[in-house]
Amino acid sequence: MGSGKGKNLKLTLKVWRQESAADSGKFESYDLDNVSTDMSFLEMMDVLNEKLVLEAKDPIEFDHDCREGICGMCSMVINGNAHGPERATTTCQLHMRRFKDGDTITIEPFRAKAFPVVKDLVVDRGAFDRVVQAGGYISINTGNAQDANNIPISKVDADEAFNAATCIGCGACVAACPNASASLFTAAKISQFALLPQGQPERVERALNMVGQMDKEGFGGCTNIGACSRACPKEISLENIARMNSEYLCSTVKTKS
Amino acid sequence: MSRMASYLTSTIGRKQTMGIAGLGLSVFVLTHMLGNLLIFKGPQAYNEYAHALVSNPAIYIAEAGLLGIFVLHAINAIGLKIRNAGARTRSYAQTVNGEKAVSFASKTMIHTGMVILIFTILHLITFKFGTLYTATYGDAEIRDLHRLVIEVFQSPIYVAWYILSLIALGVHLSHGVASAFKTLGFNHPRYNCGIETFSLIYGWIIALGFISQPVYVFFIHQ
Ligand code: SF4
Ligand code: FES
Repeated sequence: MGSGKGKNLKLTLKVWRQESAADSGKFESYDLDNVSTDMSFLEMMDVLNEKLVLEAKDPIEFDHDCREGICGMCSMVINGNAHGPERATTTCQLHMRRFKDGDTITIEPFRAKAFPVVKDLVVDRGAFDRVVQAGGYISINTGNAQDANNIPISKVDADEAFNAATCIGCGACVAACPNASASLFTAAKISQFALLPQGQPERVERALNMVGQMDKEGFGGCTNIGACSRACPKEISLENIARMNSEYLCSTVKTKS
Repeated sequence: MSRMASYLTSTIGRKQTMGIAGLGLSVFVLTHMLGNLLIFKGPQAYNEYAHALVSNPAIYIAEAGLLGIFVLHAINAIGLKIRNAGARTRSYAQTVNGEKAVSFASKTMIHTGMVILIFTILHLITFKFGTLYTATYGDAEIRDLHRLVIEVFQSPIYVAWYILSLIALGVHLSHGVASAFKTLGFNHPRYNCGIETFSLIYGWIIALGFISQPVYVFFIHQ
């Protein structure tokens, strides 16, 4: 993986700059020298920002937190791909060795009407929180814990639920989707509960409410293009969307009123 | 909102309606394509089959149903497209590419669909409501659709447009059939690949079956 030889790149970065949600925004070009191929993409952004600060310019705002691919905070669309060119990778885990000397890299925010730009590359992904609030939980009366293995769960279901639960809520699926649809995210959240016994009591309302909220936020609809799953750092599969579709249909049939 | 109304106006409900209608249309184009192949058998078989279809009293119900699902499919598709286009107000400088690229068929459904819509209207004008020739077989005088078809397919422009439109249909079905199954919630890791392959083959069999007719008339039959 790492060259270890300290190869350095000279890059041109075309970065989206936008003052606020109201501002129309535009691309600015920056030249950056001596970018080590062992740097992560965000470290490269840090270096650029230090340079901007030294030049008394406004540094570029971007989201990040854990920098180890687990929190879902980092974003950016790099050369047209959410989280950059590498499959199953978050921007924070992307390394500069994926790029070549002399490359021009275009960096944009996640673009969706439901994800308004806060500043530069930072977008407000609060719409996801509201989708989760609409039903992405289970209500449990506390008390003594169940005996382990009291309720057997098949290995297949456990694995699928676990896979769905690996979604880190980053929003790359929305960013990559030509329809700016939040189907993959919502489907992952619905699936992780629909497959497990704990999710059963609220199963029907969950599907109806989460899909309802997803639509209300102004995301587009799914046309099974699959860009989401390819962009997803956790490789959440389209099968979850099919499951959400049937959950939604069955829930509509099952509810009264 | 009532349960049914919120279903029918939700993105998933509209997609499922569109998908069911789309599957219905997919079956229809198969039967239509197979009927067209009678051209290889000769004018009489072709005309008699067409006559049998239109003289059946159920034809009005069938036609109304077909028109209904066609309109339902198109209206939902266009409505969803408008909604989806509105979900991203500013487009990217570059679209998904490389390891994250998507199939051509999947992202051009609205375009191929539009071609098919225009094609279908012109097609009905040209054939269904086109010149009424008649032919006599035994003591029965029926419409000579075969003659009209031969006549129309003498024009290289019409043949080219027909072939292009049918390629659009092939591309549309190659994504659409599998997509409809997914939209309806049908999903099983063991069968998903099979459904996608089926969809691809189905689309191209339909397209090539239809295309064989003008190609035969223009290049061989004369
Ligand atoms: S489904 Fe994947 S891309 Fe979408 S929010 Fe979850 S982890 Fe991110
Ligand atoms: S910063 Fe936490 S996943 Fe990238």
